[in-house]
Amino acid sequence: MTTRITKQKAPGELLKVVQEKADVHLYACYQCKKCSIGCPVADQTESPPSEIIRRLQLGAGDELLQADLIWTCLSCETCYARCPNEINFAAVIDALKALAVEKGVARPEGDAPLFNRLFLDTVKSYGRVYDLQAIAMYKLRTGNIKQDMDKFPAMLKKGKMAILPPSGADKSTVKRIFKKAAQDKGTEK
Amino acid sequence: MKYAYYPGCSAHSTARDMHESCLAVAKALGVELNEIKGWTCCGASAAHQTNRELAASLASANLLLAKKMGMDMVVTCAACYNRSKVANYEILNSEEMRQSVADSLDQAYDGSVQVRHFVEILSKDLGVAALRKKIVNPLKGLKVASYYGCYLVRPPEATGFDDPENPTILEGLIDVMGGTNVEWSGKVDCCGGMQNLTRTEITVRRSAAVIEMAQAAGAECIVVACPMCQISLDVRQADMEKLLGKKYDMPIIYVTQLVGLALGIAPKELGFDKLMVSPTAVLKAAKGAA
Repeated sequence: MTTRITKQKAPGELLKVVQEKADVHLYACYQCKKCSIGCPVADQTESPPSEIIRRLQLGAGDELLQADLIWTCLSCETCYARCPNEINFAAVIDALKALAVEKGVARPEGDAPLFNRLFLDTVKSYGRVYDLQAIAMYKLRTGNIKQDMDKFPAMLKKGKMAILPPSGADKSTVKRIFKKAAQDKGTEK
Repeated sequence: MKYAYYPGCSAHSTARDMHESCLAVAKALGVELNEIKGWTCCGASAAHQTNRELAASLASANLLLAKKMGMDMVVTCAACYNRSKVANYEILNSEEMRQSVADSLDQAYDGSVQVRHFVEILSKDLGVAALRKKIVNPLKGLKVASYYGCYLVRPPEATGFDDPENPTILEGLIDVMGGTNVEWSGKVDCCGGMQNLTRTEITVRRSAAVIEMAQAAGAECIVVACPMCQISLDVRQADMEKLLGKKYDMPIIYVTQLVGLALGIAPKELGFDKLMVSPTAVLKAAKGAA
């Protein structure tokens, strides 16, 4: 766990943006490290939760968006549940994710933003998730076709994965919600 | 007891067993579940990672439909439960969020619909005493590890499900059915389900750690209330064997499947045939149901 601090032109700018996006007060953190102790992926990351917060407090800039925890995090929210000062670190990670995607920062491995987009694309089309389509598209786009091929036949046979797209949803409501989100944030690409 | 029922997208795909066993149990106990007409996706984990307003609006669309039905909304998927509860919490605590959701839905929603997980209906509304009277196939001491995972208990101020670090609702149900609760410390650990397709190895290792803890405690099966936990712990056991060289053979059962067995419902109606790891040990325990 080594923290490298780089001087920024506008120190604290990222902290401000994250605080606003996540609706948190990061100076409430006094490094008790309960978040990092409870984090189920702390042993697989270079910067655990408490260190990310400390780096933000010290004025970290966009280099922080390369932190591997952003894409290793499981959104389990153990950090938030155990924080004595109620800092919602899960929301901090969501904010960092959105910023990293916005600024086109490279990811270590896997492609969660792509998966999320493909997943939400099916919701946009059918009003509900069509997991077979989202998974197939993800595998095609990432070239990771072989993985899980051994499981699909059994899952399809058992009816543990639907073959046909979902039906019955009020699609117009969902379309309106996505349209509004795209207008507000420019998330729809 | 009448409720608006929100099945969630997995009910017709990866968690049909959860949905079918929930409906069968509700029917057997006289709990009326009225499916919300036209329900849509709650946004799951993809929406909140993308944009908070989108996540709250998608979940609120269904809450608004339940409000029009004038009933509490019952959910059996822990992830949908979580997203719906968080949407309510954010709307109740932020004027800005309430406005954003209203703009997005073109209708106001005040965050007032009560969201309940089906196990809360069993344990609180119906109550364990009433449930006890309906048990015809006691579980004969089957050793069960109750696993809550993340979505039911966190964030505590939004879900308010039970003690967030040591919930005991599931254990109460196991107890009434004549099962034995094993003592273990993994019940609110994360299964790693969110990285199931994106960083699979993380999920495989996390889920293996959970199963290992339950096995060390002497559990013959793990009981879950979340489709993401079920898939990670059940379907990924084949990958655990490949990656870690260990074969766990640990059945991962929805709590509603187990309740159904104890109520004397046929295993097929409860979706036991859909599990990847064979549930023979569990079925044997409730002999007479098969």
